[in-house]
Amino acid sequence: MTTTAIEKTGGRTVPQRDPGAEHGPRRPGRLRALGLPYLLLLPALVLEILVHLVPMLIGIVMSFKELTQFFIRDWGTAPWAGLDNYAVSVDFDAPVGEALLKSFLTTCLFTLLSVGLCWLIGTAAAVFMQETFRGRGLLRTLFLVPYALPVYAAVITWAFMFQRDNGLINHVLHDQLGLTDSPPFWLIGENSFITLLVVSVWKGWPFAFLIMMAGLQNIPREIYEAAALDGAGVWQQIRRITLPSLRPVNQVLVLVLFLWTFNDFNTPFVLFGRAAPESADLISLHIYQSSFQTWNFGTGSAMSVLLLLFLLVVTGLYLTLTSRGRKSADA
Amino acid sequence: MRRIRAAAVGAVTLSLVLSAAACGGGSPSGGSGDNSRPGTLTYWASNQGANLEVDKKVLQPELDKFEKRTGIKVKLEVVPWSDLLNRILTATTSGQGPDVLNIGNTWSASLQSSGALLPWDEKNFERIGGRDRFVESALGSTGVRGQDPAAVPLYSMAYALYYNKKMFAEAGITKPPATWDELVATGKRLTKDGKAGIGVEGSNLSNNIHQVFVLGKQHGADFFTPDGKADFTSDGAVAAVKQYVDLMAEHRIVAKGNAEYAQNQSLSDFAKNRTAMVLWQTAAATFKAQGMDDSAWGVVPAPVPSGKPGRGTAVNSMVAGINLAVFKNTKNIDGAMKFVEFMTGDEEQKILNKAYGSIPPVTSAQADPAFNTPALAPLRRTLATSAAALPQVPEESQFETVVGTAVKELFADAAAGRPVTTASVRAKLEKAQQQMPNT
Amino acid sequence: MPSPTRPAPRSPMAAPRSFLWSRAVFLTLLTGFVLLPVYVMVSSSLKPLADVSGKFQWIPSGLTLTPYRDIWKTVPLADYFVNSLVVAGAATICSVMIAVFAAYAVSRYTFRGKRVFTVTVLSTQMFPGILFLLPLFLIYVNIGNATGIALFGSRGGLILTYMTFSLPFSIWMLIGYFDSVPRDLDEAAKVDGCGPLGALFRVIVPAAVPGIVAVAVYAFMTAWGEVLFASVMTNDTTRTLAVGLQGYAGQNDVYWNQVMAASLVVSVPVVAGFLLLQRYLVTGLTAGAVK
Repeated sequence: MTTTAIEKTGGRTVPQRDPGAEHGPRRPGRLRALGLPYLLLLPALVLEILVHLVPMLIGIVMSFKELTQFFIRDWGTAPWAGLDNYAVSVDFDAPVGEALLKSFLTTCLFTLLSVGLCWLIGTAAAVFMQETFRGRGLLRTLFLVPYALPVYAAVITWAFMFQRDNGLINHVLHDQLGLTDSPPFWLIGENSFITLLVVSVWKGWPFAFLIMMAGLQNIPREIYEAAALDGAGVWQQIRRITLPSLRPVNQVLVLVLFLWTFNDFNTPFVLFGRAAPESADLISLHIYQSSFQTWNFGTGSAMSVLLLLFLLVVTGLYLTLTSRGRKSADA
Repeated sequence: MRRIRAAAVGAVTLSLVLSAAACGGGSPSGGSGDNSRPGTLTYWASNQGANLEVDKKVLQPELDKFEKRTGIKVKLEVVPWSDLLNRILTATTSGQGPDVLNIGNTWSASLQSSGALLPWDEKNFERIGGRDRFVESALGSTGVRGQDPAAVPLYSMAYALYYNKKMFAEAGITKPPATWDELVATGKRLTKDGKAGIGVEGSNLSNNIHQVFVLGKQHGADFFTPDGKADFTSDGAVAAVKQYVDLMAEHRIVAKGNAEYAQNQSLSDFAKNRTAMVLWQTAAATFKAQGMDDSAWGVVPAPVPSGKPGRGTAVNSMVAGINLAVFKNTKNIDGAMKFVEFMTGDEEQKILNKAYGSIPPVTSAQADPAFNTPALAPLRRTLATSAAALPQVPEESQFETVVGTAVKELFADAAAGRPVTTASVRAKLEKAQQQMPNT
Repeated sequence: MPSPTRPAPRSPMAAPRSFLWSRAVFLTLLTGFVLLPVYVMVSSSLKPLADVSGKFQWIPSGLTLTPYRDIWKTVPLADYFVNSLVVAGAATICSVMIAVFAAYAVSRYTFRGKRVFTVTVLSTQMFPGILFLLPLFLIYVNIGNATGIALFGSRGGLILTYMTFSLPFSIWMLIGYFDSVPRDLDEAAKVDGCGPLGALFRVIVPAAVPGIVAVAVYAFMTAWGEVLFASVMTNDTTRTLAVGLQGYAGQNDVYWNQVMAASLVVSVPVVAGFLLLQRYLVTGLTAGAVK
């Protein structure tokens, strides 16, 4: 089902009308020409099978086993659990399922906000910086710094800033601006959701910015000139030309951001350590905890499989919907 | 479409073959080591010193000594605490691990149940000089009672009450508290001008567990039933957790910021004269590293209701420490045994425990006067007379995670000014209990 | 298609005041947001320990370079650095080569299973790492047992792992980029007597340099910052920076000034490289990802 969905995006992943591609290069002989593409794909294929597909299949097998600490040493001997691991994971009245559901919803909200803000800031910055002005090059360089910083270094700095007693954030909010009665906590309790969001947006928006800048370069200058002749002002040009032209870019960008944000492990892990506060308990960290902290790899795998299914469905739906929208817009 | 299906079938078949190989290719199960690779050993040491480099400096000369005597080269890796349990887990799963390793002694039963560690039966104990060389309380934290221990004790530690002499003098307090009521009263006198009576590490799950376990004992509660089932919601357990969190919630003698502490910030506060007391295990080396003079702090046994530490409800510490285990898949079982014998011998016990500020769990080494200093004597006494081992059940590590988290969340509530009541404590513990397997 | 290096200005007309004001305000705020942690990192790395374990101060009470001296002693940072460099470097080179081959095949040939391939490779992008962490570990150990090639715990294993992390995105990017390279060019090369690989290396790769650089930067950064797999798959001789930095949170206290100094030391080469190559990034993405 996802197969067809992704194919439908067309044009990009699967070139549809490439006259030269039909027969391939003819010179070296038909036989080699037939074998060559496979030869070229072989390394990528072997790697993907070895590092992604086989482990994933093993992971799926594990999700049907009772893989607790009593069996991890020789997990071939672990008893089959049937669908038990899945039943536990989706029994939302029981604590394990309830916690998973809560974590899942938290992640959804978090992803929605984070992707939305990254997109908004990235697009705004790209549009504002489309025209040259003094210092533009410097700003562009600065803006890419969060993206270039290693995750660990950046997030640990934020953790340092968000400390309650000694952090910069409370120093500003409480000591200097006097906005709060007592210094709030950022790394435990409800606020940790905000903390996570701030760090995630800080880290993620430059990617949106980068892609948007690239997208803007593909808009032909003549369109703007024509619009200007028609008397359209800058704001109108942005609304009528820039934003609509960015739509295909958005399709890709939003999907990539969504997948990265939804699966993000590094940020909450470095920020909160092994036990994330409930309000910032993202799904990947939750699954990590469920498998590594409680040594129940069977249930952990079942949760991962459910997550994977969810992502496949969402991605499939998203691509189907957006590419249909695109086609009708093009028509 | 048919081709796609054929390709998919091919891929799946291939993967299944590979995964079957993965299942079967592991170590022979149930094997207990052999001597196919003599001459070298891999040793995973836990991080005992101020940082990993300090540990290497302490251990390497001793390992060289061992090599000189036996000709066996020991490859040392100091594993940070953040990675140790995961590394052991993956080693267990794959059969590829060290020969000899350190484990937190509270993990003994959990790791024992995985079958990854060599059981210490009489025969094995004989090879390292016999079981009775070790202090009994330390042996109590080496695995499920009635089964052969999964490890032998290496370093011992105990909790005690450390107090800041300068802050006590300023407040005119001459005698450190011996009962819990005195602790609260003293704490209240010390809490003023932005300074706190006592410090806690609210976000450190293990430390939370250690503290509430001891208080639970004082309330006559264990967190597990005798047959090993989780029992977090007994009145005693609830009272113990509430009593600990109430230091912040009700008595307000803990600074609110402590709720997010997880990296020994409470010790740093103590060294900086911001906190007057901490309940901690062997903290001397840390204070020194923080630039605090040995004369600036005192240590007494942790308080108990009666004021007289002992057994039963007068327990005032867990048996803290590090155990030494042999990985069952070792390819050099004789060498591993020799190494354990070396590390638990009197000479090494004295050298290593002195270096780390801990107490030897070996009776003959403990007699050394170096372990009878004012800093260590209360700890040694506590270990001998009033310390209890954490529950030796396979689910111990889950217990640490879920109950430790519950306490952390309660501290967060208290810090945010939300009331912490018996009901709210019970609710948190109930949730924790439901997350345990087999309940 | 406009020349990718030339920006497409919106309008030859002067922008209205409202636009200029919004732009100034927005970009100023954004700059503050972006630079705040950078300032904290730099200033804290120059503070004495007492400063960073107390209340935050905007201006350090005194400047010191000791953290920069101490970081090498607390943790074998230099070793970690070399490990990260080797692992990320090798993973980048290999993954870019493999991606170039794969993208060339997909972009220039029609063959059976092409769709299955592209779809499968792309969908691996959404596998949650946690699902295959343990199985992958098992596979490496078993390969090691069967063939004697030590993958687990070695740099090789990590390189192999990281290569595949960046492959899906890289292949997909490069397919896009190669598609944009006119086909006449390879035809011309073939007329000149180049084989298909000759055409790839003499014509397409040179024409696709920005795209390849963009992909390389992405691959390098993915490998440089990864924490989860590195924490399980490395030992103290192969530990990478991302994991090694955690060593500054020691037994006694967090040496925040050292953490910041080390973070800075770790970041400078990547950030510098990244910024030097940023010109390629934008042009590379222009043709590769957003066409």
